[in-house]
Amino acid sequence: MMIPLVIGITLISFIVIHLAPGEPTDLQTQFNPKASSLAKQRLREIYGLDKPLHVQYVNWVKRLFLLDFGRSFSPDNRKVIDKIRERIPITISINVLSLIIIFCVAIPIGVLSARFQYSLFDKLTTVFVFVGFAIPTFWLALLLMIFFGVNLGWLPISGLHSMDYHELSFVGQFIDLAKHLIMPLFVSAFGDLAGLSRYARSNMLEVIRQDFIIAARSKGLAESTVIGKHALRNALLPVITILGFSVPGLIGGSVIFETIFAIPGMGQLFYMSVMARDYPLIMGILVIGAVLTMVGNLIADILYAVADPRIRYG
Amino acid sequence: MKKERFWTNFWKELRRNKLAVAGGVVVMALFVISFFAPFISPYDPEQINVEEILLPPSSNHLFGTDELGRDVFSRVVFGARISLKVGFVAVGIATVVGVFLGSIAGYYGKLADSIIMRFVDIMLCFPTFFLILAVVAILEPSITNIMIVIGLTSWTGVARLIRAEILSLKSREFVLAAKSIGANDLVIIARHILPNAMAPVLVSATLGVAGAILIESALSFLGIGVQPPTPSWGNILTSGKDNIELAWWLSLFPGLAILVTVLGYNLLGEGIRDAIDPRLRRR
Repeated sequence: MMIPLVIGITLISFIVIHLAPGEPTDLQTQFNPKASSLAKQRLREIYGLDKPLHVQYVNWVKRLFLLDFGRSFSPDNRKVIDKIRERIPITISINVLSLIIIFCVAIPIGVLSARFQYSLFDKLTTVFVFVGFAIPTFWLALLLMIFFGVNLGWLPISGLHSMDYHELSFVGQFIDLAKHLIMPLFVSAFGDLAGLSRYARSNMLEVIRQDFIIAARSKGLAESTVIGKHALRNALLPVITILGFSVPGLIGGSVIFETIFAIPGMGQLFYMSVMARDYPLIMGILVIGAVLTMVGNLIADILYAVADPRIRYG
Repeated sequence: MKKERFWTNFWKELRRNKLAVAGGVVVMALFVISFFAPFISPYDPEQINVEEILLPPSSNHLFGTDELGRDVFSRVVFGARISLKVGFVAVGIATVVGVFLGSIAGYYGKLADSIIMRFVDIMLCFPTFFLILAVVAILEPSITNIMIVIGLTSWTGVARLIRAEILSLKSREFVLAAKSIGANDLVIIARHILPNAMAPVLVSATLGVAGAILIESALSFLGIGVQPPTPSWGNILTSGKDNIELAWWLSLFPGLAILVTVLGYNLLGEGIRDAIDPRLRRR
């Protein structure tokens, strides 16, 4: 199951890069009139571009398994894997944090609006959900920056740390980091928050109409027990799967908020590599992004199996 | 007879749903605005005017002016054209590809099915926005490329839908009847199966337009989409970000336009779904 996926992912990344008109080496030589055709030829050999495509692909994949993504085209000429490695923790921590926020906020909202269907709270959350679906995250980020950053001056609008970060005490550093993270986290969580709370609501509505809930009520259990124990566990199951599906969206979204808030994560690196047409870096991040998504889905599957005793693989 | 009743019911249900009607009005208004853009906008959207740089909203410039003195209201009005075009062409491509591959997978099953569905899995695994960003940037950003790439990366949902519909329809009596009188596969799929599977496709296409508009605006915002001076809601927001401390109006209005548009398509799409779904229909 995983193996064809990996082959497909690498193949698509490879094809994407070779859609480019001209050769990657053109970029390095075109601004340099002194670069002779001999120099070009040598570059081509270094990157293996003189070989047929399928040979290039096989060579590339072979090196992938050794985590060798080649070297970046940018002037620093560093290894792609090192560039990605130093940025991945930031992106992953922000995404995990926002997944936790989504989970902790969306489910109570969904459950409550199902429990009090058609109440004022339910109607307000429905409005919130529709706006949440429709709002462009980068616009939300801009508005927050204008309001909290420029007008009120409460929150910093870019980066992860203040200039004097290293002189702060431990607590001071933590507060500084938290201040920088509030807006990016809010923005990255917002869209999925809406989707997931809607989903939790409709699941809950379905579950509380079932017979075993009526049975629980009729034997005199408190409503809070019925909802919190009997209904919630059953309504949560599908939500976990959806959480897995939202991983690609989150990783893709990190390009947007990391670029806006100038956070030095993988998304920003990807944006910069795309703008600079740094092919080895683009390919590396595409593959790693897809693998991260796969891992996210796998974790969701495992969580699902843990939460639902009826499901056992193998 | 039966078909007519379906559409009459459909219209009745749709009209009863206030939110769907509101969405429909927004969508229609967008068509009108795009079509009459030259008559609605008071200025040429690309006309640079160095004497009127970064003016706040006033009666002369309803939405203010940008860093080159261009009228933001006119740019927002013309931006509607871009989003309409991107939305419909991208979704058109996605729907054609999705219906085609979904039909093959569902109707022929076996090897074709497993190859196509595995391909869908792979596509779902990619952070789509990464993929779109890379392809558009490599192919030179242009509106044509954006439409094609968004279309080619968002057909998976339609393919799954069509496949599921076909699987449930292909052993029904009317399909078997068509087969038994010797109709060929193309006729069976195109005339007998697809018309019955179109309702969910319509819903997903309406919602898809909203998604495509969001992606285009994000790409243009990042500078990889529609290139200035051509106005698009996304690239007006780029200048909003560049002048974030000076001109809030550059950020507010185009974003509001995106929000209202996407909301309109979403409400309409949900309305169509409710009007079609027989489980929700009042008897």
